[in-house]
Formats: sequence, C-alpha cells, structure tokens
Amino acid sequence: MVTAEVVPQQVRIPLATESLSAERIAYLDGLLQQARHAAAVFTQYTQEDVDRIVKPMVVAGLEQAQYLARLAVEETRLGVMEDKALKNMVATEFVYNYVKDKRTVGAIREFPERGLVEVAEPIGIILSLTPITNPTSTVLFKCIMAIKTRNAAIFSPHPNAWHCCHEAVRIMYETALKHGAPEGVFTCLESHGLQDNAYLMRHKDVALIDATGGPGVVKAAYSSGKPALGVGPGNTPVYLEKTADLNMAVVDIITSKTFDNGTICASEQTVVMDDEIYDLALKKFAELGAHICNEKETRVLERTVIDPETGFMQPVAVGQNATDIARMVGIPVKPNTKLLIAPIQGVGREHPLSAEKLFPVLAVYRAKSVDEALKVCVNVNHAGGIGHTAVVFSRNDDVIRKFGEVINAGRIIVNSPGSIGAFGGVYNDMVPTFSFGCGTGGGNSTMDNVNVYHYLNIKRVARRTQAHMWFRVPNQIYFNMNAVENLRRLESTSTIIITNPAMEHMGHVDIVRRHIPARTLVHVSVIPDAEPEVTVIQQGVEALHFYKADQIIALGGGSVIDAAKIMKLKYESPDADLEELAAPFMDIRKRVVEYPTTKVNRARLVAISTTSGTGSEVTPFAVLTDKLAGRKVTLADYSLTPDVAIVDPQFVMSMPKVLTADTGIDCLTHALEAAVSIYASPYTDSNAMQAIRLVFKYLPIAYQHPHDEEARSMMHNAACIAAIAFSNAAVGVNHALAHAFGARFHVAHGRANALMLPHVIAFNASVPTKFMPSPNQRGYIAHKKYATIADLLSLGGSTIDEKVKKLIAATEKLLDQVAIPHSIAELGISREAFEQAMPDLARFAFDDPSWRSNPRMPLVTELVQLFWSAYEGWGVGSSTHKHSA
Amino acid sequence: MATIAEFFKIDGDRVAECIHEAHMQLDTARDQTTLDFSSVLRISPKDLRAMEELLERADNQSVKVVLCGVNVDIYKVLKLVKLTPRFSFASNGTSSSEAHQEETGHAEATE
Repeated sequence: MVTAEVVPQQVRIPLATESLSAERIAYLDGLLQQARHAAAVFTQYTQEDVDRIVKPMVVAGLEQAQYLARLAVEETRLGVMEDKALKNMVATEFVYNYVKDKRTVGAIREFPERGLVEVAEPIGIILSLTPITNPTSTVLFKCIMAIKTRNAAIFSPHPNAWHCCHEAVRIMYETALKHGAPEGVFTCLESHGLQDNAYLMRHKDVALIDATGGPGVVKAAYSSGKPALGVGPGNTPVYLEKTADLNMAVVDIITSKTFDNGTICASEQTVVMDDEIYDLALKKFAELGAHICNEKETRVLERTVIDPETGFMQPVAVGQNATDIARMVGIPVKPNTKLLIAPIQGVGREHPLSAEKLFPVLAVYRAKSVDEALKVCVNVNHAGGIGHTAVVFSRNDDVIRKFGEVINAGRIIVNSPGSIGAFGGVYNDMVPTFSFGCGTGGGNSTMDNVNVYHYLNIKRVARRTQAHMWFRVPNQIYFNMNAVENLRRLESTSTIIITNPAMEHMGHVDIVRRHIPARTLVHVSVIPDAEPEVTVIQQGVEALHFYKADQIIALGGGSVIDAAKIMKLKYESPDADLEELAAPFMDIRKRVVEYPTTKVNRARLVAISTTSGTGSEVTPFAVLTDKLAGRKVTLADYSLTPDVAIVDPQFVMSMPKVLTADTGIDCLTHALEAAVSIYASPYTDSNAMQAIRLVFKYLPIAYQHPHDEEARSMMHNAACIAAIAFSNAAVGVNHALAHAFGARFHVAHGRANALMLPHVIAFNASVPTKFMPSPNQRGYIAHKKYATIADLLSLGGSTIDEKVKKLIAATEKLLDQVAIPHSIAELGISREAFEQAMPDLARFAFDDPSWRSNPRMPLVTELVQLFWSAYEGWGVGSSTHKHSA
Repeated sequence: MATIAEFFKIDGDRVAECIHEAHMQLDTARDQTTLDFSSVLRISPKDLRAMEELLERADNQSVKVVLCGVNVDIYKVLKLVKLTPRFSFASNGTSSSEAHQEETGHAEATE
C-alpha cells in the first residue's frame, strides 16, 4: 500500500489463474497451509509474547540496514544506497518507537465511563505485495506490523526486487522464529509468476491484501473482491509562499526530492512560488547544486522523461540521479548536480513535467498571487495526486490553513520535506509508516498513514449503559387552600395576567389581583377558553412588550397555561420558530432541535391551575393551534415549565361534575402511564403512586360532594403530582389512543382516556408481542408495577395476575362511580361509523409520539384491537391476557 | 452398543510427540481414541500437523477421535484451521476420571 509508484515494467495482474500448473497450485497451497496454521496458532499469544518477538526483529533490521540497502540498489539499480539504509532504519527504529507501547493484543483500549472496551482480533493471513522503489524498507515495516498484530504474511515482492526482499523476509523470519513466533508466520514466494498473485488474491484463506506497488498491482488488489489496502499514485504540489523561510525551504526541498533519487511517492513534484521570491529562490536552488533548465532544456526534458503517449514518467528515469538523467537526455550540467529544475507555465497534459516524476526533476511555477498559487497547487493535486501528499512553506497561518482546506491530501506537510515528512515521526508527529493511505480520492479505504491498527479487526465490547435521567419540577410549588396568597412574595414591576372570560366572570381574577403587591403594575389579558391560536399568542406577546412585563400569571385550565408558556417563549426569544421547535423527537436528551437559551427579555411565569387534571402548571408541554394551517403544534421542552406553580383548591371548588370526572380520570391516566413508562424512575414512581392513591380515595368524594374541601384539595394536589411524574417519565399508549379517538369523535381528552384505560392496563400487563427497547429497565416489569399499585390500594390478590385483574376491576368501579361510560358504543357512536374511522384511528394513534415511552410496543393491529375492546367495553377484568394472543 | 475406547493424556510440553504416540497406537479394534488436553495451554503449528496426520489415519481406520479438556484458546485455533468438525469434544468432567485411569496405562473403557 505504501508507495504508489509508476515502476519500470509495470506489473499486470491477470484476472484469473490462467495457465497455473497443478504443481504451482500445490506449492501455493502449501504456503497458505503454513500461513493458516501460523495465523491460527498466533491467536494464542499474549501482548508480552508478541513484544518479546518484535524488539529483536527491529534490532536485526537495524543491524542489516546497510546490507539490505546495498542488495536493493544492486538488484533494482534504483535510488541511493545510503538513503535506502536510512529508510530501512526508519522502517524499523521509528516504527518500533511508535508501536512499542501500543497494545495490539486483547483489550487494547478501555473507556470505562462509556462502558466500552476495544479488543484486538488478528486478521489472519495477509498477502503482502512489495514494490521495487522501497523494497526492503517496506518488507521490514510490514514484518514488524504483522508480528505486532499476530498476523501471518505471505510476501510477493516485485519481480525486479525479489532477491533483496526475500533476504529481508528471511532475516525477519529467522529472528522472529528464534524468539518464539509460530513457524510459517512469514513466507516469501520462491520465484514469481503473475498468476501467483492472481491465485493468492482470490484464495479464501487470504484475509487481507496489502498492495504496495504500481497502479496495476493496486487495481488488481482492489478488484480481487478481498479487503485490501492499496494506494494510488501521488503528485505532490508544493506552495513556497513569500513569507517562508527561504533558506530552510530550499534545503528541505532539495533534501526531500533527491532522497533515494526521488523514488518516494510523497516527494515534491511541482513547486509553486510567489512572484516576489521566485528569482531569489531559484538562485538559492542553483547555489546549492540544482540546475535551472532554460526553455530549450525544459522542452527536451518534457519529451524524454515523460512518455508523450501516456503522460506518465518514463521508467528508465525512475530512481536515477540528476547527473545521469541530464546525460541521458543531453543536457549539459555541472558535475554532482543534485536536481534538475524546469520552469512550467501550466498544469496538465500540455505541460508534461507537471506529472509525477519519481526522479530528481522538479517543476517550478511562478504565481502572481496567493490565489493563483493555490489554484495551481489544486491543479497539481488533481493531476494524479488526490489524497496523497502536499507541502506548504509559509509563516502565514492563514495561508497554511487555506492550503489545508483546498488541497485534498492525507498528509499536508508544513515547513518540512515532503517525502521524509510524510513518513511521519521524523519531521512531525504523524504515525510512522511506509504506506500512505490516499482516501477515496485515491481509491483507498483509508487516508491514514497505515499502521498497526489497519492490521487488526478491532472489536467493541459494549456494556449496557443507562440513559442519563433527570427529575425536573418548577422552582416553587405553593399548594393548599389560599396558596394564592404567596403571590405577595413575588417581586414584580409589571405583571400581566393571562386568563379566560370564565375566570373573570367567576371573580377569580380579582382574587389573584388582591394578592399581587400594590406597587406592581397589573394588566389583564383575556383570551378565549380554547386551545391557544397563533393570533392569540401574537397579541399576548405584543402586550408583554408594551407593558415591559417581568411576570406573567396564567390563571385557568390547560389551554390558558399553555398559551402563557408560548407567549413567554416568544417574548424572551422573539426569533424562536415555533414550527421548527415542534419538530418530532424520540429522546428528549438527543433531540435535533434545541430551544433557545439566549433571551432578550426575562419574565417569571406563575401558573395557577383552575382544573384538577392536566397539571399544566408543572409540565414542560404546550399545545398551539394553527387554524390557518389547520393543525396543532405540540411544544415540549423543560424551558417551558412554569417558574412557579400555585395549586390552590379554591379555584376548583366550583368545577362541574362532568369536568371533575373527566379531569380526575385524566390525572389517573397520567399517573398510571408514568408508573409503567420505560422512563419511570424511583423519583417519578413516588409521585405516580401517590397520585394514584389520592385519585382512588378522593375522586369519588369530590365527584359526589363537590364542596368537600379536603377531597377537592387532594384531587388538585393529585393532578399536580401526577403531572410531575409524567413530565419526567412521559405517558403511553393510552394517550396515543385517546388523542386519535378524541380528535376524530370530538370527545373530551379525559373522557377519551377513561374509555381506553382498563383495556390498556390489560394490554400492558400481558406478555408483549414486541418489547419496547429500554436500557433503563431490567426485564419486563409493567405487570409487576400494576401489581404494586394494586397492593398500594389494598386490593388483595395473591399472584401478579390476580392483582392486575383486581386493579382493572377497581379502575372500572371508579369509572362507574364517576359516571364514565364503559364503552365507546355508549357514547352513541355507531359500529359502522367506528369501523369506517378505524384506518385513520389506527394510523393517527401509531403516529402519536405518546406510545414511545409505553412499556409494550403496540403493533398497528394491536391498536385496532384496543380500539375495538374500548368500543365493546365489557369483560376486560376477566382476563389480563385477553389481548396478547 | 458397547464402545471400545483408548485414552491418551497429552503432555503440555510435548504435544506433538504425545499425539504421535497416539497415532502409532491407533487400533482398528477400537472405535474411539480420546486425547486429554487438560494439561495443554497452547499448541504450535507442529502440533497442528501432528493432529492432522492423526485425523487422516483415524479416518482411514474409522476411529473416532475425541478431545477432552480443550481450552477455549486452543479450540479457537482448531476452529480457525477448520479442524473442529473432524473431532468430537468431551467435557472436562468426562476427562478427569479417564485421566486418572490413563496414569496406570491406556485405559479401556466400556460405555
């Protein structure tokens, strides 16, 4: 994967195992058998075992660095022995320094706070194709990587670098074996045929192909259908910007471009220089041993070192030194010339020297501006170098940042040599490698400097975690008779009372006014007694602005309090987009749309509820009607929760019986659904259970004796307490059914809830067809929760099933006591009308977000069944498993 | 139906040698050979080759090879080289009683 290169005698990999003899197949199968055994046995090794093998391999590589470099130059006739020796040392020592403390066996990384452990799994057999340009260094690098990761490798070297690679594999293998590596962990093809690679690449036992070589090899690897690491060619642009340290830059470029005679694919190819420094830079290049070609010499180079037909470099020039290349093409240069520099006027096929040149010929371009320079660099980058490497010399951080943004390269080297810089670990802190991933632009699966983690399958052991839970309530809740007196404690300069006509008519507004401190300016805004509309909200917000209100008192039922919540939101954050804020969400902790936190105005919201059901005085919900759009907008966020709730029963003493019944059962539904919700917690349970107890005890009394102060007071408290529970635990499928049914047949919300309630208890108490995913609950517990409630109510029963039945019976009895019909049919809705509505009912109920916190996930067919059960209404208490079949 | 079995305790320090001994003593008169791996912590490529050779001969002689006391690391090695379907595996509990018999010579058990 490393060095993408255009090599002499490009290797074509046949697509099939054409003309591979039976003997050759047997030979290759033998290699695979050895590697398979080694890879399997290697899985038993510990980190300590592996590290004990790697270190002496590195030492052996260092000791043999010069020997292997000499072999490589003698065999390939490419590059510089001294530089290849250095590469061998980087491939061993630098790589070792990076990997020595890395865990590559067993648990390699642990994230206790996230409950995650990463565990390394070896890959198995890696088919490793190595190049002619960096033959021995690549072998050393891959051997160390393979051992460190407990993999077996079969090496297939470039045919023209076979001997030196074979020797490098031998040295590594013998050292590894001596220190405990499994027999057969490395093998190297004896002799080489094109068909061998084709056979091995497609063999079922080869797990990964790591192809370092020319485009043919890389393409064959990716075409094999196996997981592969393989990189495309490079074409490194360099921007030498006018603020750069010129002396350093010139030396770095020469060092890099002449290193191993330019065979490293990350080496500089075209240097784009600002006009202001162009002449001076060329002078410095010349002073340090570069030959600056004139126009005629540049034309000669274009024709000779680049193939005019393909536009690629001529193999004969690859890895040769500058003097030899000059002699080959007939350009007279001084002895020991390091580099041939050719000015070019553009990039692309019309400017042949703008292509990749793995030899010491460097193109230069004079740019009139930063903009032009960056564009030329982008052109070079896109002329065969996407994803690979780029270099910038500059002291201007803005230029460096912009270069990094516009150039598509895995390695963007700043103020240092491209080739040696790209290796990592020498001039920068990148991961040392001999494999440069080029990302998707280069047809690669990675853009990283390939390292040990690419030789591992990394498994994640994920422990069960619980979602962070919370319990939020208003800052202050005042309750009991005459709790409204606490308004005196609340400082305000300008207060607006939002209420409806009935409250004004009944004198409730006057009661409230009496308790507001005398120095407070008070304005009353009367709104219709219905779900708030957009226009009502707008008018209210205008009033808040006009009076510069610092306190809003909402006096009324759920609709009035909801209106005040939305007015406050728009008053404090005028840019809040209600449509956007109403976007659906599954988990409030992970919602996409967030409510505004910056506020231009501040107002305290005091909610005084005049019904005992919705609990809106403590909930974070509000419903808005958009009549123009013909729809309802539901808002939910804890920032909507009123700051102060006043739960004063004097405002509910005159509630009509029907409203008492409907709101009371609404309250019971809130509490029951919160109790079995998947978001239920000990905090919400305590509230839900208490609310249930209060409703069963006091609702019949409040219904029969409306002036019973204690019953009214307790029911008012129950509504608030239940709302605290469901504000934090949410509701369930009962509400989804009631919303759909109530909207379609214009039945009050509390009554719609009541008609569904016994059926939903039975549904949730039976074995679910589908469980609701819930990390916070251990097993299915809804039926046990219902049994606990039955115990709390002292209903009797010795088994869970019996207790659930008794709870359902008690619920039905309570419904009877407050004159709630037992069936939808009793409301006068015909079977035909109900049947006709059923598709819409089921669809709307399923779309309703309420059921997403229900303990049992309802199928649409089950919703239909529940609707029909509610329609029929009778006999629910006889079997809790009625709906589970 | 009676099963004639042979039992070999495998020494963790000389796995291949022990398997080779078992190989040499494969007997068509017996239906089954049991190798006790409870003392083996790790195996090598050489051990794998010995196991493959043993299996080949056992197949030819229609003798079932049972491994007992195999730890999970070794089991995974056998899985990776696709040898698990060719062996039968017995639990440690079975092997411990038989292992005791093996100390006094190759046990012959009738089940």
